[in-house]
Amino acid sequence: MHWDRKSMSRRSSTGRNNKIEDIITKMQDDKTGGVPIRTVKSFLSKIPSVVTGTDVVQWLMKNLSIEDPVEAIHLGSLIAAQGYIFPISDHVLTMKDDGTFYRFQAPYFWPSNCWEPENTDYAIYLCKRTMQNKARLELADYEAENLARLQRAFARKWEFIFMQAEAQVKIDRKKDKTERKILDSQERAFWDVHRPVPGCVNTTEMDIRKCRRLKNPQKVKKSVYGVTEESQAQSPVHVLSQPIRKTTKEDIRKQITFLNTQIDRHCLKMSKVAESLIAYTEQYMEYDPLITPAEPSNPWISDDVALWDIEMSKEPSQQRVKRWGFSFDEILKDQVGRDQFLRFLESEFSSENLRFWLAVQDLKKQPLQDVAKRVEEIWQEFLAPGAPSAINLDSHSYEITSQNVKDGGRYTFEDAQEHIYKLMKSDSYARFLRSNAYQDLLLAKKKPESEQGRRTSLEKFTRSVSSLSVAFPHEKSERAEHKACRCLVCLHGWFAMAMWLRTPRSCQGLSEARPLGPPSLHDGLREGSGIPSLSVSFEAWLLCG
Amino acid sequence: MSPRHRQMATEALHENETLASLKSEAESLKGKLEEERAKLHDVELHQVAERVEALGQFVMKTRRTLKGHGNKVLCMDWCKDKRRIVSSSQDGKVIVWDSFTTNKEHAVTMPCTWVMACAYAPSGCAIACGGLDNKCSVYPLTFDKNENMAAKKKSVAMHTNYLSACSFTNSDMQILTASGDGTCALWDVESGQLLQSFHGHGADVLCLDLAPSETGNTFVSGGCDKKAMVWDMRSGQCVQAFETHESDINSVRYYPSGDAFASGSDDATCRLYDLRADREVAIYSKESIIFGASSVDFSLSGRLLFAGYNDYTINVWDVLKGSRVSILFGHENRVSTLRVSPDGTAFCSGSWDHTLRVWA
Repeated sequence: MHWDRKSMSRRSSTGRNNKIEDIITKMQDDKTGGVPIRTVKSFLSKIPSVVTGTDVVQWLMKNLSIEDPVEAIHLGSLIAAQGYIFPISDHVLTMKDDGTFYRFQAPYFWPSNCWEPENTDYAIYLCKRTMQNKARLELADYEAENLARLQRAFARKWEFIFMQAEAQVKIDRKKDKTERKILDSQERAFWDVHRPVPGCVNTTEMDIRKCRRLKNPQKVKKSVYGVTEESQAQSPVHVLSQPIRKTTKEDIRKQITFLNTQIDRHCLKMSKVAESLIAYTEQYMEYDPLITPAEPSNPWISDDVALWDIEMSKEPSQQRVKRWGFSFDEILKDQVGRDQFLRFLESEFSSENLRFWLAVQDLKKQPLQDVAKRVEEIWQEFLAPGAPSAINLDSHSYEITSQNVKDGGRYTFEDAQEHIYKLMKSDSYARFLRSNAYQDLLLAKKKPESEQGRRTSLEKFTRSVSSLSVAFPHEKSERAEHKACRCLVCLHGWFAMAMWLRTPRSCQGLSEARPLGPPSLHDGLREGSGIPSLSVSFEAWLLCG
Repeated sequence: MSPRHRQMATEALHENETLASLKSEAESLKGKLEEERAKLHDVELHQVAERVEALGQFVMKTRRTLKGHGNKVLCMDWCKDKRRIVSSSQDGKVIVWDSFTTNKEHAVTMPCTWVMACAYAPSGCAIACGGLDNKCSVYPLTFDKNENMAAKKKSVAMHTNYLSACSFTNSDMQILTASGDGTCALWDVESGQLLQSFHGHGADVLCLDLAPSETGNTFVSGGCDKKAMVWDMRSGQCVQAFETHESDINSVRYYPSGDAFASGSDDATCRLYDLRADREVAIYSKESIIFGASSVDFSLSGRLLFAGYNDYTINVWDVLKGSRVSILFGHENRVSTLRVSPDGTAFCSGSWDHTLRVWA
């Protein structure tokens, strides 16, 4: 087979090839500021048709608006690795920003022509190389190894391969010396792409999901050297057949219905949408560890898991508490926030709404076989006449739900859940955010200077008990700053700890210890913490004395 | 004409509607939709974002390199514990790592090659994976050294073509899958029963992502038909569709608020689509980026978009301003998968160079 730069028309199969081909074509265009292609005099001969790495890198920077040469070198290397440009003195296809010489590949050999050359072609090529005396055509070590392997594999038909190689040599000899130099190098570069140096990326490897939609799906193998195979091996690519379904009238009718729905949809103006996206991002930027460094540190950077330990502890940081106020979803997402909210609702004797919501969430997570049973349980608990945790639904929603219960599917309570969600959001959630329980956590201020003495003994005590998780947000704050603090948490915290300290217990059994004290403190006690919860409202606590 | 005659005439008209006339009706509706949307297009996101403070210099590095796969890494997913990950590769191996220590904790060999999809269960007690076997299988993670992980394998999803993506919903009991057969499907893990199927893509579906809402029942998918489609999980209906990419959509990911999503495509661009505006609102591209984007994910605040490309790099985009903030080199072959960790402290990329890297 013969080739030259203009012979094969470009058949591109993917967007990527089009982009590279455009770039490569522009690069070679002298009229529009392409890279200068020169014939360079070297020692006793000439090196035809080459460009330097620097010129290529400069061109890429200028024409693709690349600011950093590192990026341009990387791109140049990729274009080389794909096989569109190659170093004339190296099998390894990279780009260097220096005087190294490169040559453009002939379009005939471009990857977009769907080459998948057989080993027989490769064998012919290597064999042909051994028949030539030129030093520059000597086989590299890996090529010699490849040849040896191929000789073993094709032992039976080696005579045929040898003859083909000889024929190729004859053809090549007839060509003009300069042209031969160019064509030989292009052929070598072709094989450098399809049989890369060991350790180099094989850029001909394809994403199997995309294979079957390429221009040459049947993978009719064409030989580089015009050799016809008796048995065309089927491409090892997983041939996936999917007949393209013809669009039916029904399809279009569906599309029309869909389009009509879209036209009727109420959409927001871009300006509103932009404001919303910006507002959301700005609100969360302080929580984004990749933008605002995490405190105490990002575990991946410092190798210290303190951040995760703090997250795991039941006592939420101020920052975390603040986040619950961003949206109702935020508090529902956070286990600790949910617990706090539930406690608040319990104190108001209105927890059935949240419990219903949680039960329905849980229902949707059930395996199919358990769904019907759970639907019944939820109905009985929250909605049936005389239900122990009756929720308040409007009659319309109740109607829909009681109808749904008959089918007992996992979406039985969707309508009811939506109502309850909206109710909680506008009513209980709003009140929770204004509540002392929440405000206490949120407005955690630094310890007052006057309480320094008592705090020191407190500090000593808490430090000595290593199993004690941090009770109060204050413990984490800077000791250096001593500001007078009259906030409820400080006072509350101090009294709670004082109460707790009065109760005898062994240090080891701390987690099982139950402090004596007002009943409300018991309510606030959580398993394993041994410390009264701060979620108990201050008023309730004071009442208990 | 009497009402009955009118009705009969209308029905007759519909029967006589040719494919061509229906197509032209659809075309004119598309035009009208474009018109309506254009009316709301009063400003560009990056214009409004001019007032937003620019981000500082970004220094992100590889903090962990996970070596152990013998071939191209195709997919990965984080465990809710923020440190464990599951990854799958072309050679059929699926590995569970504690990426913080880089220790391998579990490994299983699938009976097929090209395991293109894997996912971690919300409980952290199981993983799901699949690929050329056209199935999605769930493996419970056991810490019993004597137990063979493959023994407890449960075959859940069955498609008629390769499995391209899978994700647990908010429970271990349901799995959502996407396939080369052009459909998505929701499955009950226990019974393997199909709960809902989603038809509409005109070609292979390559990716999907569940909406982050607590109450949401929607997800978005992207495919080789260049379309991104938003689905109602309950009804199986497509509720919104976007078709502005010029080639395959390889990856879709919701913006953290759930009001928008980003996509990465073979056309070398990433795009942001807002659900409330029902249109593309930003495009992230550069003249020098000519290789396809294979996977995208947002940082926690949604300000940054990390995108892995087939040119071995990861580009970090300022979502609001539309500019590129940083380019990360390191992988030695295509980046095939990328996910930000559950608490946003890092992101992990997987590559055809057989490795995974955790960046922060």
